Amino acid sequence: MSWLKSAASETQITHGERLWLYVLAGLIMFLLVIPTVIVIPMSFSDSQYLEFPPSNWSLRWYDEYLETPRWIKATFTSLKVAVLTMLVATPFGTMAAYGLFVSGSRYGKAVFFLLMTPMIVPVILIAIGTFYVFGKVGIVNSTLGLVMAHTVLSVPIVMIIITSALRTYDLNQERVAQSLGSTRIRAFFEITLPQLKFSILTAALLAFLTSFDEVIISIFLSGGGNSTLTKQMFSALRDYIDPTIAAISTLMIVLSTGLMLGLQLIGGKDKGQ
Amino acid sequence: MADIVTHPDEALNARQLRAAERRETFTLLALTLPAMVAIFLVIVIPVGWLFSLSFLDGSGKLSLANYQKMIEYKSYIRVFKTTFNVSFMTTFLCIVIGYPLAYFLSQIPRKYVGLFMLTVLLPFWTSLLVRTYAWLVMLQRNGLINNFAIDLGIWDAPVKLAHNLNGTLIGMVHIMLPFLVLPLYAAMQRIDRNALQAAANLGATPVQAFWQVFVPLSLPGVVAGSLIVFVLCLGFYVTPAVLGGGKVIMVSMQITAILEDQFNWGAASALGVVLLVSTFAVLLLASRFLKLDAVMFGRR
Amino acid sequence: MTSDRTASLSISVTELTKTYGAVYALNSVSIDVKAGEFLTLLGPSGSGKTTLLMAIAGFNRPDSGQICFGDTDVTVMPPHKREVGMVFQNYALFPHMSVFENVAFPLKLRKIPADEKRQKVMEALATVQLSDFAERRIDQLSGGQRQRVALARAFVFGPTILLMDEPLSALDKKLREEMQIELKQLHRQLGVTTVYVTHDQREALTMSDRIAVINDGEVAQVGTPRDIYNAPANSFVASFIGESSFIPLDRDAGGNLLYDGVKIAKLPAGQTADKWSLVIRPERLSLVPPKAKPSSKKLYFKGHITELVYQGETALVMMKIAAGQSLVARMNTRAGDAVDTLAEGQSLTVSIDKDDIITIPGEAA
Repeated sequence: MSWLKSAASETQITHGERLWLYVLAGLIMFLLVIPTVIVIPMSFSDSQYLEFPPSNWSLRWYDEYLETPRWIKATFTSLKVAVLTMLVATPFGTMAAYGLFVSGSRYGKAVFFLLMTPMIVPVILIAIGTFYVFGKVGIVNSTLGLVMAHTVLSVPIVMIIITSALRTYDLNQERVAQSLGSTRIRAFFEITLPQLKFSILTAALLAFLTSFDEVIISIFLSGGGNSTLTKQMFSALRDYIDPTIAAISTLMIVLSTGLMLGLQLIGGKDKGQ
Repeated sequence: MADIVTHPDEALNARQLRAAERRETFTLLALTLPAMVAIFLVIVIPVGWLFSLSFLDGSGKLSLANYQKMIEYKSYIRVFKTTFNVSFMTTFLCIVIGYPLAYFLSQIPRKYVGLFMLTVLLPFWTSLLVRTYAWLVMLQRNGLINNFAIDLGIWDAPVKLAHNLNGTLIGMVHIMLPFLVLPLYAAMQRIDRNALQAAANLGATPVQAFWQVFVPLSLPGVVAGSLIVFVLCLGFYVTPAVLGGGKVIMVSMQITAILEDQFNWGAASALGVVLLVSTFAVLLLASRFLKLDAVMFGRR
Repeated sequence: MTSDRTASLSISVTELTKTYGAVYALNSVSIDVKAGEFLTLLGPSGSGKTTLLMAIAGFNRPDSGQICFGDTDVTVMPPHKREVGMVFQNYALFPHMSVFENVAFPLKLRKIPADEKRQKVMEALATVQLSDFAERRIDQLSGGQRQRVALARAFVFGPTILLMDEPLSALDKKLREEMQIELKQLHRQLGVTTVYVTHDQREALTMSDRIAVINDGEVAQVGTPRDIYNAPANSFVASFIGESSFIPLDRDAGGNLLYDGVKIAKLPAGQTADKWSLVIRPERLSLVPPKAKPSSKKLYFKGHITELVYQGETALVMMKIAAGQSLVARMNTRAGDAVDTLAEGQSLTVSIDKDDIITIPGEAA
């Protein structure tokens, strides 16, 4: 195969000489994807022990999921919290990113550091800390508490995405708009915001997923009838390997992968214009 | 003509201009207020409270009893040792496995990167719990890995891969790998290709060019990625809890256990404070050697 | 369109200072732009010319000083109230809007009714010869077309002042030269006070009514293109505009400037600089035929040729004259010209009319 003899890089090493790298990388990528993928067929296995490949195919674990009120209630709780988190974290984070980016003030660095603390402080500490403080105020085991905590977890991610979008954006457009008579706010909403649409959508989606997939804080801040899906799953995992989890996992994989792939497709169409 | 206020020792209009500047900066920084208030309520106050709790003993008096206990009880020291060990090992394995993958991604033509990158991003998008569960199932005695290995003759009897350190490491490496590969890939992308051409031109073989030019230039990316992985491992809870089978006890698990069993806030918060301080220490050390924000977000 | 336009305003900048940390981007700059004139701010990168333009537009806040448009003090006025039209170097068009929507934007902000808005937009597009492009998207336009849309958008709402920050620098040479003429004509047609920033001295000389040469945050000289070229006030202006050779002069007790013992000029009273230079523009030098009689109206330089550089329409003759100084002459290369007979190493005498001599305080920049 002549491709094997062609150059692969600036140092003129050939593809053939590098074949081991391609095989190794392929293996690693396979191992990265396999666990996630394998859950899907396993969820259709009839047996209690989730064999692969399944000897008998059935939908019993999906039925189990849909017919257990505990699971369904938890799903709704998780969805509710995730949607609320997305609706709060996205504007909070976008405003903060914009304000910091445009102001260029010397306090900017300190503010930025403060806003990044959710990424630096170990989540377990946030979990027990809020468990204690919210407990004193009476909002443990409430939607409000959970949404607040998840919002704070999501804000740094939103900020990173929006900040990097602003870096490639030509801020001169806002200046021009101002010179033409527009106030700063109007320039932001009419000129900048439409052009940041895709990044804001990405940020919103990641805020949603961050909240939906979040485990530790949910363990502490939600309980009983208000448990999130992740908390229920975790409890089930600790005690025994409930096969229903395979079905739920598959649904979660489909949800997050579907959302992210859908986003990439929209992004591709936008750029194609 | 508008009034001009002149002060004998101040330049023309300087006062008004400064005031206008302050107003504008204030308005812009005010946009960060909602986020800052939220962070204050969710992080600053709770963590601060934990801090103060750690300095109170059982009867509510100010004391260092909790910290003393930590040094005395061997189990606490063991927990920290385990945490650091697991974190180091995970980070090391991530570098060993992640570097070839990042290198591969940086070498293939741009148009294929998106496709292969999906394999790195897919785990990223899937819930942590789902991935941990998948490993639990795969690593069982009669799970996928064991059956596969026995069929191929790699080993004869089922090896215990779950509910121990092995399982924990496997699970954590899988979770952490994208956190290393992504910044490392970004750093490798920024390496000037001309440098490799120059090396070849000056007489370096491809292998020499790789080790003497490429690898050193990629090191900041390695350090950045390792830092993220290490810091995340320190505080990690879910995966060791599920895959460790109770044998691998990390700090976060210990904290939770103390609260669940004894409801001892003093001890739990003391452990938490030490965890926080270690995390900050690691980051501070690294920031001495790196411009962290430049490496993570690219040159400003 | 000009009938309902308000008269354009003068701009006066007084003691404007802007620092970035310890660096003075603008150092107590004062300058006046007459109503309706085309003034160019000319200078090298980092000279402060763009900083000054942005301060006039309101996009950076100076540390101190005053800016007035006509009788109005706009020093602390926010940019969106200043009624200036602005063209940026990279045009800053709105990519998510069509050409029409871009140009209509300032009118929409001023709540101009739809019919009038359409009329004004189409008139503006006609002025920049883009009438057929109203519905196009921005990414479908070429560089020159985008530049014209940016222009149309800047004057469609009838501003009294127009500011332009190196608008032609992204275009290739030929297009740039065409646009320079077009902009000059547009200015004549609109009659709006225009402040134009560029680092290209040829562009400044071509387009401006007056030029302000800026260096290191200060105004080096303000004058018409002719004044700037023929009578530079200092060594910076002399070396930045045109090519020149600098020759040190002696100053005698009586306040005369001497070259080689010959009196060149008498200094007016009050000139305190003790170092002076002779500035020779290369195209003002002529070859002296061997048999020519010396004239008292000319100054002569004797030396030998170090290098000859053929450049198409002209050739550079580089010489070393007495006292080791360099002198550069630029000669036409028409067939039969004496330049053809020259060779490197050859002895040569050149002359310049005393009227074409420029003297400046200081030494070569």
